[in-house]
Amino acid sequence: MTTTINRREFLELAALAGAGIAGVVFASGLRPVSAAGRSAQGYEEGEFVFLQMSDTHWGFTGPAVNPDATVTLEKAVATVNALEQQPDFIVFTGDLTHTTDDPQERRTRLAQFRDIVSKLKVKTVHFMAGEHDASLDHGEAYREFFGDLHYTFDHKGVHFIVLDNVSDPTGSIGDAQLQWLRADLARLDRESPIVVLTHRPLFDLYPQWDWATRDGADAVQTLMPYEYVTVFYGHIHQEHHHMTGHIPHHSAKGLMFPLPAPGSVPKKAPIPWDPAHPYKGLGFRTVQAQAGGKEYPITEWPVTKG
Amino acid sequence: MKIIKLAVIMGAFIAFATLGEAAAAEAIPVVQQERVIQVTAKVSEYSPREIILKKGEPVILELTSQDREHGFRLTDFGIRADIKPGQVTRVRILPQQVGRFSFACDVFCGVDHEEMVGEIVVVD
Repeated sequence: MTTTINRREFLELAALAGAGIAGVVFASGLRPVSAAGRSAQGYEEGEFVFLQMSDTHWGFTGPAVNPDATVTLEKAVATVNALEQQPDFIVFTGDLTHTTDDPQERRTRLAQFRDIVSKLKVKTVHFMAGEHDASLDHGEAYREFFGDLHYTFDHKGVHFIVLDNVSDPTGSIGDAQLQWLRADLARLDRESPIVVLTHRPLFDLYPQWDWATRDGADAVQTLMPYEYVTVFYGHIHQEHHHMTGHIPHHSAKGLMFPLPAPGSVPKKAPIPWDPAHPYKGLGFRTVQAQAGGKEYPITEWPVTKG
Repeated sequence: MKIIKLAVIMGAFIAFATLGEAAAAEAIPVVQQERVIQVTAKVSEYSPREIILKKGEPVILELTSQDREHGFRLTDFGIRADIKPGQVTRVRILPQQVGRFSFACDVFCGVDHEEMVGEIVVVD
């Protein structure tokens, strides 16, 4: 099953939800079709697609939660490789590995993860860390495998900013990185299309469950003067869509275990595996940059096509 | 409640919050006698995990770490604090509503970080 939403639809739906109208859901279908009715395989010139994978938690064990933990990532890679329209690039928004207190085991997991995703057909891959990868050693092992924790890149006129809100175990971005962000943004036009990629939500989604960034409001405030900013993140292992002012924030499903909706149960814990619906709640997404990078219809994909 | 003591704490700086007030915790000096409850933190657990308080009775939690840096987030009271090794972190609570209120570590501290939770139980 896929779900598609673009910026305009999202703003409309957010407004309806804000008005208290019940039953607002995102459109679903078996084929990825945008609101404009175009096939996801029929992109216009200047548009592009990137693919987001998140929270693969390589090294996790828990048969009641995911009895296929050792093959889920490989299956997802195979599904990505089988997509008719390959994305321009792929982003991994953190928690590549499941945490371990053993520094050597952390490196083993990072290496195994890297080997598996090296089988992706698309070779332009941008990685970022999650707290499971980087919080216990301030990102030391992660850097050995994947380089910088925060950086930027540009693609077809869109400026991508990767923010690190995990290598500080307090879940903070920190003053130095915020200063770096301000300097990076200062050279951009206020109408430049900007995509922020990060692991934790930059807003207080549900701080009781650590679903927040301690100084995330500072980053959002810094981004606020820019007209076209969209944030994609992970961490919460489910889709979630939220607006801070005019800035949409979209969280992605995970690829190891789903988590409950924020505050829906007394204690945060992985949702048990459903044998009748293997991989339910897991998946990845493709994101289509439209209108010069000012709109981003999202298509959700399952781990396996079956 | 394992360790409770009465103490006079002069000149210390603590966080203060009362349930229902919107103000965030802020540092203010302690100038009066209050019940003090010592809470220790180490990877994956607080001790005690359950803290029973009387409605309307102000208390001070003295938080200490036995291993590494931890956090203390008591969202319903608008409190969060860092617990650093070798330091005592004090927070003042004035419970004004009966109920159970969870607290958790919000500084990622290890494999069992998610298990590092506890509850404030406020009784009449």
